[in-house]
Amino acid sequence: MKRWIAFWNILLKDVRTYYLKPPNISWGLIFPLAWTGMYFIKSETNSESIITLLPGVVAVSILFGTTSLLAVTVTFEKKSRSFDRLLLAPIPLEILMLAKTSGAIVFGVMNAFVPIIIALFLTDLSDVNWIAMLPAILMIAISSTFLGLFIAVSVSEVFEAQTFSNFFRFPMIFLCGLFFPVDSLPVFLYPLSYVLPLTYGADILHGAIDEETILPMGIDFLILSCFCAILFYVSLRNINRKWIT
Amino acid sequence: MTGDTPLIEVCNLAKRFGDVIAIDSINLIVRQGELFGFLGPNGAGKTTTINLITGLSRPDSGTIGIAGLDCTKNTKAAQHLMGIVPDESNLYPELSGFDNLCFCASLYGMHRIDRETRARELLETFGLKEAAARKFGGYSKGMKRKLTIAAGIIHRPQVLFLDEPTSGIDVASARQIRQLISQLHHAGTTVFLTTHYIEEAERLCERIAFIVKGKIVETDTVENLLQPVRETKEMLLSVSSSANDLYSKLATAFPHFKFHTVSPEQVRIESASTISIGPLVQFIESQGAEVTEALRLRVSLEDVFVRVTGIELDAIRKEKEKAGGNL
Repeated sequence: MKRWIAFWNILLKDVRTYYLKPPNISWGLIFPLAWTGMYFIKSETNSESIITLLPGVVAVSILFGTTSLLAVTVTFEKKSRSFDRLLLAPIPLEILMLAKTSGAIVFGVMNAFVPIIIALFLTDLSDVNWIAMLPAILMIAISSTFLGLFIAVSVSEVFEAQTFSNFFRFPMIFLCGLFFPVDSLPVFLYPLSYVLPLTYGADILHGAIDEETILPMGIDFLILSCFCAILFYVSLRNINRKWIT
Repeated sequence: MTGDTPLIEVCNLAKRFGDVIAIDSINLIVRQGELFGFLGPNGAGKTTTINLITGLSRPDSGTIGIAGLDCTKNTKAAQHLMGIVPDESNLYPELSGFDNLCFCASLYGMHRIDRETRARELLETFGLKEAAARKFGGYSKGMKRKLTIAAGIIHRPQVLFLDEPTSGIDVASARQIRQLISQLHHAGTTVFLTTHYIEEAERLCERIAFIVKGKIVETDTVENLLQPVRETKEMLLSVSSSANDLYSKLATAFPHFKFHTVSPEQVRIESASTISIGPLVQFIESQGAEVTEALRLRVSLEDVFVRVTGIELDAIRKEKEKAGGNL
């Protein structure tokens, strides 16, 4: 019980201190809106194109919304030494880091609904498989957040975290099959695509929205879960190795 | 108030950072209810020792026990018993004083009503009631330090670690903080205080350990540490100008005194018996120099520190100035 009091209050503190701040709200709303608007205008509001673009826009909104925040909630707090206060509290590291990442996961899920709500007004989403779509959004948010965590604990400065994030994020837009299928990429890029978690998340979204998948959805979910577990485990190991010296 | 039960037991604790030996196989015991001082110059290993005991760092070897718990194996259980005040205030600038305290209490699993009541009580005790709703980022250095100490005791820890609590803050705040530490100690909290202000340790602590270059060179009660130097009389003489060999001539003329050159214009004299100023002044004037000031020195823990560690007072004073000396 005591651990969960700490968990809830760390999450609440992060939401109040970081997530509900105007720059983050604007980042969370304006960025997905801009992406959505850009792609939907390009598709000339052709409802078929909107359906094709929706998985990519949803995935990008989650990816950018989640990864950018960990640089603040983790790297910045470590730099200012307030993270040491959390490390010195009698909370297991796993619970502490789950508390630190939960806000970003929720934020990522909320970001995903910005393009979905816009698409609701522009096209018919009645054929979307929401039973696959909703867990996919959650899993993409978790894996992107843990990728952000992995980056945040690998660096010591906020600007390094931002730069390092972009090193992953921008190639992922092209390599993960968000806006065009992975099999349309040059063959030598395939291995890169398949070592990125977003490829599997995007595949589930495509399956849920336009019923076209590369792998069976169950396999995608399984691989995505493995990525989440590995990224979280490696991040905890890095904290133990680098921050509790 | 201090019992015989050891609360902190450190045995053969060692830590290296690459080639640098930060802590060199130290042993120490802090008893229940004791105000224990851990003294040493900057870089001696004080903060590293605190980090090792509190679980922010891992020892290369040795054992650490808090109330019978093995800290290296049950770090999280031991952290329930500790309150930690780092050398730099590390609360959240965006939160108010009250919210910072409530948040710190929640980390120890305190329920909302308990943590709010305790936060109000501590804000009152630390004279921060009026600033409770203000953001921590807008606090003065002294207020920040007081709130950080309050955050350290919010969960009523058995032992409080204070790392350089008065370093770099103004005289009034430093005095207030020392009073608060004293009150905490009298209320029964065991306090582990690191400082490089020797007078602070002398005023507050019951027992003291001196640490130099990662090694504990002496541990004893303040009374016992002062005993050998109490027998010694000391005087500081300032001279207007000195010939190169004035101090060596003094040493020859007054063989029962010990002369320590502080600077070209100052000499410290030590003696087991009373130091008469007259013969000294006459001798110095006969050498063509003039005595501008003569001060009888009060024997203090600084003298013990110098004797034990071999570190000159000058070096300690420079450190104080660097830290914005406030004593």
